[in-house]
Amino acid sequence: MSGRFSLNRMGLAVAAPLLAIVFALVVTSVVLVAAGNNPITAFTTMLEGLTKPRIQVNILNSATTYYFSAVAVAIGFKMNLFNIGVDGQYRLAAMLAAAVGGAVVLPPVLHVGLIVGVAMLVGAFWAGIAGLLKVTRGVSEVISTIMLNFIATGLVAFLLTPGRLAESVAGSNNIGTKPIPESGQVPGMAIIPGTKNEVYGFILVAALVGLGYWFLLNRTRFGFDLRATGSSEPAAVASGVNVGRMVVYAMLLSGAVAGLVGMPQLLGSSHTYSLDFPTGLGFTGIAIALLGRNSPIGIAFGALLWAFLDNTSNSLEFQGIPKQTVLIMQGVIVLSVVIAYELVRRYRIRAVAQDVGRQLVTEVAEKEAVA
Amino acid sequence: MSADTVTPTEAVAEPPRARRLPASKGLRLLYLASVLLLLLSTVRIITGVTNLTSAGTVAAALGLSVPIAMAGLGGLWSERSGVVNIGLEGMMILGTFGAGWAGYQWGPWAGLGVAIAFGALGGLLHAVATVTFAVDQIVSGVAINILAVGLTQFLAAELFQGVPGGGATQSPRIDTMGSITLPGISDAAEGVADKGWFLISDLAGVIAGITTNVSYITILAILALIGSFFVLWRTAFGLRLRSCGEAPYAAATLGVNVRKYKYIAVVMSGAFAGLGGAYLTIVAAQIYREGQTAGRGYIGLAAMIFGNWRPGGLAAGAGLFGYTDALQLRGGGAVHALLLLTSILLVGYGIWLLVKRKTISGAISIVMALGVFAWYATTDDVAPQVAFVTPYVATLLVLSLASQRLRMPAADGKPYLKGEEH
Amino acid sequence: MVANKDINLRVRRGTVHAIVGENGAGKSTLMKTLYGMHRPDSGTITLDGEQVALTSPSDAIARGVGMVHQHFQLADNLSVLENVVLGSEPKRGIRLDYDLARTRILDISDRYGLDVTPDSLVEDLGVGERQRVEILKVLYRGARTLILDEPTAVLVPQEVDELFDALRELKSEGLAILFISHKLDEVLKVADEITVIRRGTTVASVLPADVTARQLAELMVGSELPTPETRESTVTDVEEIVIEGLTLVDRGGRALLSDVSFTIHRGEVLGIAGVEGNGQAELVETVMGMRKATSGSVHLAGDDITAWSTRRRRESGIAYIAEDRIRHGLLLESPLWENRMLGHQTQPPNSKGALIDVKGARTDTQRIVDEYDVRTPSIDVLASALSGGNQQKLIVGREMSSSPSVLIASHPTRGVDVGAQAAIWDLLREARSKGLAVLLISADLDELIGLSDSIKVMLRGKLVADADPATVTPEQLGSAMTGAEGAA
Repeated sequence: MSGRFSLNRMGLAVAAPLLAIVFALVVTSVVLVAAGNNPITAFTTMLEGLTKPRIQVNILNSATTYYFSAVAVAIGFKMNLFNIGVDGQYRLAAMLAAAVGGAVVLPPVLHVGLIVGVAMLVGAFWAGIAGLLKVTRGVSEVISTIMLNFIATGLVAFLLTPGRLAESVAGSNNIGTKPIPESGQVPGMAIIPGTKNEVYGFILVAALVGLGYWFLLNRTRFGFDLRATGSSEPAAVASGVNVGRMVVYAMLLSGAVAGLVGMPQLLGSSHTYSLDFPTGLGFTGIAIALLGRNSPIGIAFGALLWAFLDNTSNSLEFQGIPKQTVLIMQGVIVLSVVIAYELVRRYRIRAVAQDVGRQLVTEVAEKEAVA
Repeated sequence: MSADTVTPTEAVAEPPRARRLPASKGLRLLYLASVLLLLLSTVRIITGVTNLTSAGTVAAALGLSVPIAMAGLGGLWSERSGVVNIGLEGMMILGTFGAGWAGYQWGPWAGLGVAIAFGALGGLLHAVATVTFAVDQIVSGVAINILAVGLTQFLAAELFQGVPGGGATQSPRIDTMGSITLPGISDAAEGVADKGWFLISDLAGVIAGITTNVSYITILAILALIGSFFVLWRTAFGLRLRSCGEAPYAAATLGVNVRKYKYIAVVMSGAFAGLGGAYLTIVAAQIYREGQTAGRGYIGLAAMIFGNWRPGGLAAGAGLFGYTDALQLRGGGAVHALLLLTSILLVGYGIWLLVKRKTISGAISIVMALGVFAWYATTDDVAPQVAFVTPYVATLLVLSLASQRLRMPAADGKPYLKGEEH
Repeated sequence: MVANKDINLRVRRGTVHAIVGENGAGKSTLMKTLYGMHRPDSGTITLDGEQVALTSPSDAIARGVGMVHQHFQLADNLSVLENVVLGSEPKRGIRLDYDLARTRILDISDRYGLDVTPDSLVEDLGVGERQRVEILKVLYRGARTLILDEPTAVLVPQEVDELFDALRELKSEGLAILFISHKLDEVLKVADEITVIRRGTTVASVLPADVTARQLAELMVGSELPTPETRESTVTDVEEIVIEGLTLVDRGGRALLSDVSFTIHRGEVLGIAGVEGNGQAELVETVMGMRKATSGSVHLAGDDITAWSTRRRRESGIAYIAEDRIRHGLLLESPLWENRMLGHQTQPPNSKGALIDVKGARTDTQRIVDEYDVRTPSIDVLASALSGGNQQKLIVGREMSSSPSVLIASHPTRGVDVGAQAAIWDLLREARSKGLAVLLISADLDELIGLSDSIKVMLRGKLVADADPATVTPEQLGSAMTGAEGAA
């Protein structure tokens, strides 16, 4: 009985994103044809990219970064909190962590620990502001995190100037924080044969974070409280959850994970926060969290899909197709996946209710037949 | 009643009845505006920063307010019908692209039309997702923002690359649209403004600012604000639309087609965002550039919340953003002088709160005032990056001081599911 | 699912026609069909000799059919005028003609003595006033057929009488009135004809003169009636929960509760009577720690728990059946076993330390489902799939499973079917005989009188009267609840 239920659920959960991807392929094909390009060429070119070891490494590395961002967003989502501020949180966190990491020399593990710790603290602090404002002053976190993103931009620009936390990067007109010495770097892993490029060591941390996220949500009282608050705040309050405190905790946690977003790149390859440090990853995280429905496994698939699209788009240019094609695919996937999930959710509620109704009717009929 | 079965234990008093204070709104606004001008004038005299009320600053502030106000107006239409629209940013981006694409080929007016149409299409998408499919409104909005960025970048690469003056991230130049100057008044006011007289020159500066080289789109935007107020609060159509945001199921029982009104409102919302985008592309830059909106859709939303979901309030909010932005762009220590003004305003607000016996908020306000004053007194200038964040910090401050007085439409953000009324 | 089948109904002009039936018998569905909110799958509706197809409320309105809903359909943040004219606004050019609207509303208000002020905000109005606005809304649209869905549910007896006066007024003007209720004494008082519905179908049509309330009730239920009477007293002299001087003031300085004091002993049920919105919800939430009392104290078995959190109160043995189970009692989109944990997530068998015990919770959920007769195919179905009665039985089972010493039950049988109602009454009696101190809040005065050992009346946040359930009648309670004669 329960087996059939869960099978149904699994099937539906997978069907929705697959349908959305197919729909996105159709829309993209239409756009490509309209622009005079061959969609088949485009898709096969991208798939061919998947066979290249160098691109495989890049996909894993991008996905690692995206994974942190999406988990940070998902923690908020699980509680109906929209942390649109992951973007500001990770940039500020990465910049300050880079500055601290470049300023000291410590034994290897300790040094990395310090940098990561600073990043998580800064991320948590920045997100915590939004949490506190919501709880104490009733300010919607949607608006406050958006404002905090802009403020973080200004703050990073202010601090990242020569004379404050920045110096010029050798051999370019770029500026960045003082490079982190080797003791504060995380070595990569050459696990993919055929290329010298290494997979970020931080991919292991991402896996741990995913596991921790799953355990926290599904196996701890804190996670239960968090999910209860997300599904019905009044019911959570009546059950004894201190919702105000949960909001602050959830934002702190979300911000701490957001602090990790910049770490794979900072500790694994760039070793400095410079003007060309990637931006906008927080919004990517929102898209992937939506795609993966806030589940740790779903987010992993979403992050890999997103990374695949991003890292194979350049190969399109060789066929004379704009690489921005993948942006359309990504946009359509996100919009159609949220619609698909909503339809599936409503269908499920109805189906379960009908199932229950039907079974009870049969039960009653059986009893009456016996009597 | 038999007193032996039910024993009264308390005397029953009539409850006190609250009465609403009637007040002439127009007079109050005029009064507020004069106080503000007086303060500005005082600060100008003290600091010697003429840019605070110069015609140039006022004109720049007006221009910078327009896109924010239009995004906010879009938010107003949508949220008054009960649909939160965080996708304004994306709709605005669609507007900028439409303005650039049509504008360079067929002139600025065509650009304006296409921008509004593109924005409206974005709104339509949001309506389909949130009204027809009842997707979470914030989720849909975020998705539309992502889609709009992708779509416009793709289209720009397809359509502008290889065109003379264009590129993957920008359109060729658009012809100027032209603007209006009120002949006599503009010059006369400018003359008085330069004299540096207390109050009079400031007023003249404001007048000169709003009568010199005002773009057609600015005028259109002002008409849109006034027109929206009239439509939403003075017509049957507006009452129905607002009822969808307050009590959609009740409206449905009276035969109001809730989905229809929500669709209209959200599409209009997109159209206004597109109009705001058109201003950026056609008037402010005369070119489409990737990332041109720089988050103004979000700021518009903030301005609307700041303005308590009212057209006048959102105009004031947009004006605040535009003004601080203008001061920061024009430099000359204007933002530094603004610190003094902020500290005076905070003291005033703090005292008002204390009089109202809101001790804690009042104290916080005054402590903040002292902090801002100390900052003003101990520095000579404000770094440009810090000046950049001023409007955002101001929004956060205002929201955290006043959010409990704000009242959003009762059913705002809640999906409307036909047939699920209780 | 079939909500209504083979409904036959004839209503004549100038009469009040009552439709009676138990909760869930299909009355509201029928009314929504008549008002064009649902399409019937088969059958016809004939108005004034003309067969009509009502596909939307607008259709119904255009044909002179108006409906006053059970739950008020008013926008709080709009004025009375705006609420009334919405959908049929008078216009001058493209403007909404506020002056004309005001005149018309005052006209109707005067004609039927409805006493409505067009420019006040609805959120400032009381329950009775809101209902008059609802009726005015319908009259404003020129309704000739009026459907009233459980109009007395939220009114006290005196307001009910005023409503009935208004209905007689309307009847004499030639309107046809459909009156839906499950309160039989009211029906017998006001109706000219009565139709009984059971399980979605019409089972009888009678005249009030020909039947007694008892006979009507049996037609409605189809069998013998359960009654909520408690037998011998189990009240001890051990004070379990003591409330003293509890006062709650809202942000605007308005007192929601003022100086509320009472004591409940072990084995005692204390009933609180009152018109909804007079502070009962606030009282419960303050006792549960969901709101912070401005002053006063709550003692549980001798401990001062005034400053304790909701969680700590629950852990120390206060069980809670919330007024609105959908909003406060359940996670609708979570499976039953997670709902079993709700409110008890810190206690065994649901958790061990900081971790939750999935196995323990599931096993115990199965036990509750079996013991409390929750009709469900599995403990993995979503709570939303259960009927109201089964949801409530799950909640009662959950709340009783942590061997509490105090039970706070707010409208425990609201919106559940007769069978579940009887079962829940039994459970409450059982709780009382086990020695629990029970605080019972209910709008059903029969239930309150039947189950309570003592009753207190609440009005505007104060306890204004005591009543002895052994002797008091619902009418007397009603008087005290309005305060009309309370000072006498």
